[in-house]
Amino acid sequence: MISLAGRDIMHAWGKFVFTGVGLGLLIGVTLSMAGIYRGMVDDAKVLLDNSGADLWVVQKDTLGPYAESSSIYDDTWRSIRGMPGVERVANITYLTMQVRQGERDVRAMVTGVTPGEAGTPGWPPYLVAGRQITRGHYEAVADIASGFKLGDRIQIRRNHYTVVGLTRRMVSSNGDPMVFIPLKDAQESQFLKDNDAILQQRRRTAENPNFNRPQVPGLLEAVIASQSTNPYVNAVLVQIKSGHNADEVAQSIRRWKRLTVYTRGQMEAILVGKLIATSARQIGMFLVILSIVSSAIVAFIIYTLTLGKIREIAVLKLIGTKNRTIAGLIMQQAIALGLIGFVVGKISATLLMAPFFPKYVLLEPLDSVFGFIAVVVICVLSSIIAIRVALKVDPAEAIGG
Amino acid sequence: MIKRFPIQGRTLALVLVLVPLLALFIYVALRSGPLAPVPVTVTSVEDRAISPALFGIGTIEARYTYRIGPTFAGRIKRLDVHVGDTVKAGQVLGEMDPVDLDERIQGQEAALKRAKALLNEALARQAYAQTQSRRYEQLLEVRAISEETVATKKHELQVAEAGLNAAREELARIQADREALIAQRRNLKLVAPVDGLITARDADPGTTIVAGQAVVELIDPESLWVNVRFDQIHAHGLAAKLPATIVLRSQTVELRTGRVLRVEPLADTVTEETLAKVIFDQLPEPLPPVGELAEVTVALPALPAAPTIPNAAILRRNGGLGVWQIKNGDLRFIPVILGAADLEGNVQVREGLQAGDQVVLYSAKALSARNRIDIVDRIPGVKP
Repeated sequence: MISLAGRDIMHAWGKFVFTGVGLGLLIGVTLSMAGIYRGMVDDAKVLLDNSGADLWVVQKDTLGPYAESSSIYDDTWRSIRGMPGVERVANITYLTMQVRQGERDVRAMVTGVTPGEAGTPGWPPYLVAGRQITRGHYEAVADIASGFKLGDRIQIRRNHYTVVGLTRRMVSSNGDPMVFIPLKDAQESQFLKDNDAILQQRRRTAENPNFNRPQVPGLLEAVIASQSTNPYVNAVLVQIKSGHNADEVAQSIRRWKRLTVYTRGQMEAILVGKLIATSARQIGMFLVILSIVSSAIVAFIIYTLTLGKIREIAVLKLIGTKNRTIAGLIMQQAIALGLIGFVVGKISATLLMAPFFPKYVLLEPLDSVFGFIAVVVICVLSSIIAIRVALKVDPAEAIGG
Repeated sequence: MIKRFPIQGRTLALVLVLVPLLALFIYVALRSGPLAPVPVTVTSVEDRAISPALFGIGTIEARYTYRIGPTFAGRIKRLDVHVGDTVKAGQVLGEMDPVDLDERIQGQEAALKRAKALLNEALARQAYAQTQSRRYEQLLEVRAISEETVATKKHELQVAEAGLNAAREELARIQADREALIAQRRNLKLVAPVDGLITARDADPGTTIVAGQAVVELIDPESLWVNVRFDQIHAHGLAAKLPATIVLRSQTVELRTGRVLRVEPLADTVTEETLAKVIFDQLPEPLPPVGELAEVTVALPALPAAPTIPNAAILRRNGGLGVWQIKNGDLRFIPVILGAADLEGNVQVREGLQAGDQVVLYSAKALSARNRIDIVDRIPGVKP
């Protein structure tokens, strides 16, 4: 038996393929949109993965350190280290700021990591070039998305750092590249005002008669020294011993240290549910609108294609073709169109859109499978309207009209 | 045949469009996303000697700082030196206002003269009393006078001698008082205790200063050292006499050599740092300002050759440190025990690897044992 649909496509295959390609670009945008959403969620997850922590100990009653600011004393880790079930602890600071290099500056999340050996919580878990930080000061490991190269001298506040290593996919939940520097430098960079502000602060203190008393030499110096220290970090990362339950260890820290502790699951809920919730909903909304628009366009295209050959269908009916054959013709064409569209969409999303999009686009195979099923279902559904029109056509139109 | 040709041409064209499209689709599906092999770079474990080093930052400080001020409250009368002046030991730097001290010394001098006069008077009395006493004794021998008169004269002599002693001691007292005032007057001068450099002038003439407050500060410029802080986690092996290189913040291109003078017995408990003093082999010329930041690298003795890997290869998995080893094209996570490390990122491996083993150095994403890998020279996206 000859395939009516195939014959018809061959009749004007150029038009058909071009329609499919056009549809494909639309599907590509939809797939990319889903990829952008997945990328946002992934940004939040890699942030947690890269920290290597099982628990996050933060200031009491805050959602820190990512979703809210949190500061705890930098010697809190000592008491947490002694809690049962705790294997390893490390101080960490996070601050999103501009990192300068020569003329340009890059928005980056500057992360202060506790000195130690590779594998310390908070350290980049893998590199793509260079080495990990070995000196306790003035070295940096930067994400490749920042555009820095090995050996670059970058400036954070007043200090210069040498880029010694590069990472990949180490980003904040906003997608800003991370720059890892030693903890003490990071504490200073969080706190340190510019020199002029420091000078003004000193002047203000010196003018205060309570602090600058002639009878007490040295008091002013002591006050100024106490003003220029920053004994805070944003969080303590905790790795727990194998065999211990994260929730139980978290509960005992909460109870005895009176600090807020988040487990991996809670942290993910905070990041995905609170931090990126609004932007994720935006993307989700776009995704829904795009899907509706795409289905409408698919339906419209198939409807127009069918109307274009209404006369031929009338002829078919006139020569006594079965309704099932006519419906099959339309549906096969719709599905073929959908297939071409999906293939073109997947290719364009992977090769043309994702690499050039400013944010990370994660195209998951499962999403593609769902996308494929959705495309086929939409094509089948939209062909139904066209089939109704085709079946209702009067065979007389083949000769009349 | 001729009639069927156009249809074949169309089919051919359609195939020409659809087949590459399908091939591209399969390529895209397999080469991106989780199914794609992860690009990695590989390095082999090498037997090599490493020279560990410690890195710390510190500030230039003077070993000896002299804060010079008066020993009691007063007003500054004059101050002859300014910041930056070099002074010699014993040089007068300034003077406190003596207020009434000069007048009191004059008073003491008058009192001294008076005491001398009183001493002379007492001497005269004593000499007269002695003469009288001797004369009356002779008269008694010839029985010209009564014994009572002689006794009276002897008593007069004793009184005169006591008066003489009192006058002598009074003179000594007044002399001592005068010398005390002169010493106080001398003490008002601010004198440099050693050869040095004036680093601070905290008050100007006319200012009232409390006892013990510094007016000028001088340092011994020969005694500059660097007060270095090492994070305790990286301070293993720090000891006196180790060679060090010093980079001043103002002269980052110029390396200076020095050595560790001593490691402080007291560490900083708050900042978790160990403190050490590093001295220059040769003092920089011109002298760096006190308080300038310096980066200090202390070289530790070189270690014998052992299997060494770059620290970028090390990662933590399930609580243990290890590396991804490649054996027959398969990935295996090998736990390692690490030894010493140097500042260039080379780490010696005590257990777990032998020289010649192939380990993953860099990877484009976090690896797991199920990943397919693609060994490349450079991770895509890394610029040379």
